[in-house]
Amino acid sequence: MATLDLDDISKIYPGSRDRAVDHVSMKIEDGEIIALLGSSGCGKTSTLRMVAGFESVTEGTVKLGDRIVNNLKPAERNIAMAFEGYALYPPLKVRDNIAFSLLRDRTPRAEIDKRVGEISDMLELGPMMERYPPGLSGGQQQRVSLARALIRKAAIYLLDEPMSQLEPQLRALLRARIKDHLIANKMTTVIVTHDQTEAIALADRIAVMDNGLLQQFGTPEDLRERPSNLFVASFIGEPPMNLFSAEVAGGVLQVFDNEGAAAFTLPLRQGALPPGSRVMIGMRPHKLRVSEDLAGATLRGRVVTNHWLGDHSHVGVQVGGCFLIAVAGRHVVAPVGAEVGIIAPEDAVHVFDVANGQAIRHGLHDQATAA
Amino acid sequence: MKSASFSPVRGILMLIVAVFFLFPLIWIVLMSFETNGDILRSPPRLFFSPTLHNYVSLILGKLGGGVGTMTVDYMRNMMNSVILSVCSVVVSLILGVPAAYAFARFKFRGGEDMAFTLLSFRFAPPLLVLLPLLRYFQVIGLYDTYFGLVWVYQLITLPLVLWIVRGYFEDVSEDIELAYRLDGHSWLATFFKIAIPLARPGIAAAALLAFIYAWNNFIFALILGSSSVQPVTVGALAFITASGIEYGQIAAALVLSVIPTLVLAIFTQRYLVEGLSLGAIKG
Repeated sequence: MATLDLDDISKIYPGSRDRAVDHVSMKIEDGEIIALLGSSGCGKTSTLRMVAGFESVTEGTVKLGDRIVNNLKPAERNIAMAFEGYALYPPLKVRDNIAFSLLRDRTPRAEIDKRVGEISDMLELGPMMERYPPGLSGGQQQRVSLARALIRKAAIYLLDEPMSQLEPQLRALLRARIKDHLIANKMTTVIVTHDQTEAIALADRIAVMDNGLLQQFGTPEDLRERPSNLFVASFIGEPPMNLFSAEVAGGVLQVFDNEGAAAFTLPLRQGALPPGSRVMIGMRPHKLRVSEDLAGATLRGRVVTNHWLGDHSHVGVQVGGCFLIAVAGRHVVAPVGAEVGIIAPEDAVHVFDVANGQAIRHGLHDQATAA
Repeated sequence: MKSASFSPVRGILMLIVAVFFLFPLIWIVLMSFETNGDILRSPPRLFFSPTLHNYVSLILGKLGGGVGTMTVDYMRNMMNSVILSVCSVVVSLILGVPAAYAFARFKFRGGEDMAFTLLSFRFAPPLLVLLPLLRYFQVIGLYDTYFGLVWVYQLITLPLVLWIVRGYFEDVSEDIELAYRLDGHSWLATFFKIAIPLARPGIAAAALLAFIYAWNNFIFALILGSSSVQPVTVGALAFITASGIEYGQIAAALVLSVIPTLVLAIFTQRYLVEGLSLGAIKG
């Protein structure tokens, strides 16, 4: 319904010197769904509360549509929000909780009933419409809270951990329905979550935050294929990226284990990195292929763990002193202790600066550099 | 923690406790129906011919002593008690509930110190301030006025309201208020429509306790007022006369004065216990 433009905003709480939010800039398009992703204390909720108007903005501007809203009261910003703690009105029935803002706007009764009906069907709230919030489970209250936010016609929708309490099956179902609803109604939405699966499933773009800083703001594919620094590389992806220190020596990348001993080498295109430079390298487990045939393999190692998870395998392989995890889309028939090959395509390798963690290049062979 | 069975030992123990605590009350009620002669008889007798004489003379304001009749306006004392207690509680609620909300919701410079200072009024001995206060009151004309007494009563009732209600506000999730404000309501509307209704049990408990404390106060009214504004607690002193102590009438006066608080306490037991325990935990 509106664009949201965060321009270099910071938050310093009274009595603290640290920036809970540190010079964050983001432009969110009209109708775009974005996720603020990060572990607790990373500044994502502070950012959301500044957008909502519950916290003052220490520096920078928050622009909603073409209005700067820094000094507007929450009530004047035309924002709908689903709270992490649900925040339902205890004395009102579920039905009235959902209809609350419509009742205030003097919406005609027939339209209220219609919209409440639609939203409660979408969120499977039918059987509990006449009950009171204190008698509902956490997951049920969370869905009511979502309904109360989504039913409104607001400039922007803020959803704080909107599905954390739902059961897995219902969560998958509702995730799809909510996404369809957001897209169909062109609702600009900011979702705060610490669950990357949820962020990837719901959001067009994801803003990864850590320590108050915006680490990267991009599509799920960007985050996976072109992580801008070590934090994003290690935060996104399950199982996490394999990370090792390495040095450019004699036209190859010499990779070291945790003890600093030489473990294995990776081929390197001439001139891709200056000789002698020390870097961190990362390899996505999903990009590494395990091969029982040792002939064409980039690396060789011994199987340490091999878990079949029903539709894919996590294989842990010891290569020299390094422990690598590879994900195979098939049942790998290799007992613990067996020797296997690992094929590491050149695009599986990401190179990061040792000192500041920034990405230097993604892939070893082509000309591509860090975006 | 419900016990599975009601054992006879438990019953007996509870009876002993009940008798122990109710005995003075029962004794006073019995005394109020006796003549002074019956009361002073030694050894005391459990059976006597009850009389309403004490109550009649109290309500009519005519005190029949051994020597002659003197007028005692005990009903006026009753009225004063009601006026002082009700006004004190109302003033405390008007001042204390918003203050409690501020202390619960906002962190501001010196906030904790202010809250603690207000609490400290509860454990400072009143006599410490009473005599200087008396001088000031006489100078600025507050001596012997309802206004002055209600003001001083705030020392008792305001901290009570503040600390109990604050605990309740802290228990109410702030998100509910924020959700209400996002729905387009002002801060003030949120305070009245969301915060206060959700803290109502606490406010009720605090008001009741404050009322009881105000009702039972003796020393402030004794020193800072004359008979025209004095409550029942001080009024009962009038029965200690030059010709003797009118035990029967004192007892009747006490019974009358206990009735309002007793009735309140019985009907609101649940709130009282909740309010007290919450205050204790939070405070």
